[in-house]
Amino acid sequence: MNKIFKNAKDTIFDVKNNATIMLGGFGLCGIPENLISALVAKNITGLTCISNNAGVDDFGIGLLLKTRQVKKMISSYVGENSEFERQLLNGELEVDLIPQGTLAERCRAAGAGIPAFYTPAGVGTEVAKNKEIKIFNGKEYLMELAFESDFAFVKAWKGDAIGNLIYRGTARNFNPMMATAGKITIAEVEELVPVGSLDPNTIHTPGIYVDRVFEGKNYEKRIEKITTQ
Amino acid sequence: MGLTKFEIAKRISKELQNGYYVNLGIGIPTLISNYIPDNISVIMQSENGLLGMGPFPNKDNVDSDLINAGKETVTTLDGSSLFSSAESFAMIRRGRVNLTVLGAMEVSQYGDIANWKIPGKMVKGMGGAMDLVASAKNIIVAMMHTNKKGESKLLTKCSLPITGIKCVKKIVTNLAVIDIENEQFILKERAPGVSVGEIIAATEGELLVPDSVPEMDI
Repeated sequence: MNKIFKNAKDTIFDVKNNATIMLGGFGLCGIPENLISALVAKNITGLTCISNNAGVDDFGIGLLLKTRQVKKMISSYVGENSEFERQLLNGELEVDLIPQGTLAERCRAAGAGIPAFYTPAGVGTEVAKNKEIKIFNGKEYLMELAFESDFAFVKAWKGDAIGNLIYRGTARNFNPMMATAGKITIAEVEELVPVGSLDPNTIHTPGIYVDRVFEGKNYEKRIEKITTQ
Repeated sequence: MGLTKFEIAKRISKELQNGYYVNLGIGIPTLISNYIPDNISVIMQSENGLLGMGPFPNKDNVDSDLINAGKETVTTLDGSSLFSSAESFAMIRRGRVNLTVLGAMEVSQYGDIANWKIPGKMVKGMGGAMDLVASAKNIIVAMMHTNKKGESKLLTKCSLPITGIKCVKKIVTNLAVIDIENEQFILKERAPGVSVGEIIAATEGELLVPDSVPEMDI
């Protein structure tokens, strides 16, 4: 079995306009940099992006916003991106804001074969609009649906040819759930290692979920807020 | 008038108990980690996926793969653990986080909180705030008592879109410590040099004022 592709461009050969794509990352930490660049280069448009954040003006998903390739963002927090805010307030961009834990769980549910679940997050708020409310043990919960997405783009620290992945630090964030949830999951890794060199005890994403893997290049791994003592 | 944001953080640090797992929101709450009493041990949770969050790194060990929920570079400590955001919110919904401190634009006397959206003006999103307030057993709000226009942020009813209902138990502002019980604000402590009258004037919602209101010990 060999899921290795040469580069980002080759792995997105079948990504079409109007696709729905999950993109891992929290802020700029653990984002699939190479895959985002490949989407920009190929100018695929009308995208629906499921991602916790929308990058910054000149990095991450911000690059796709600048070129107007995004039709809809499904996120929990989109501050720090003025172009995003401008497009949103002008009605040029559709946005679905979702509580972060619900966003994570909707990915997890999709990857676990669970079509819906109940959560207390958003009860009594505008997030609850048009959602089924059910009471368990006297407390209200909202029914939330698993996401459907055509692709999941994830970023890992190390990976092998059969798609086993290991993340590093808080760059893990949304990547493991999204990796399980895409109809097609593409993983970019900082280091592609030979099969057998990853300790099975330490693998975060079993290769069964991953369809394509490649070693990324020129990682910038930009830090949004460098804070030191 | 009243406390600085650092003093608000310091006052809230007195609510920490040994063994607490604590989630601190962006802004004033983050400052609380500077005032943890020496005789207790608490573990900080960062909802992107870190338990046992350490201080900011030195210049030499900044790691782009290690940030907190405010996207600031942080460190791990002995005993830290790393996990996915799904697992992070699982432990939050499960009620394992003992204390959540967050900022707010408005709080109502019913314990409703608004802190994620100003329609037509600011749309940043709720991040993890809705999950946290819906599940945490103990929620403290850290904020200024009034907004930039001088209007009260402690209201009968929130005017901005709600983040969560009936969840806030305690508010620490630059003027006062206020508890929420039986659908009303209860004045517990006043900031040094601030009179009860000033607090009443700055509070739009129903405020119960006991006969004696002690000054905060900062």
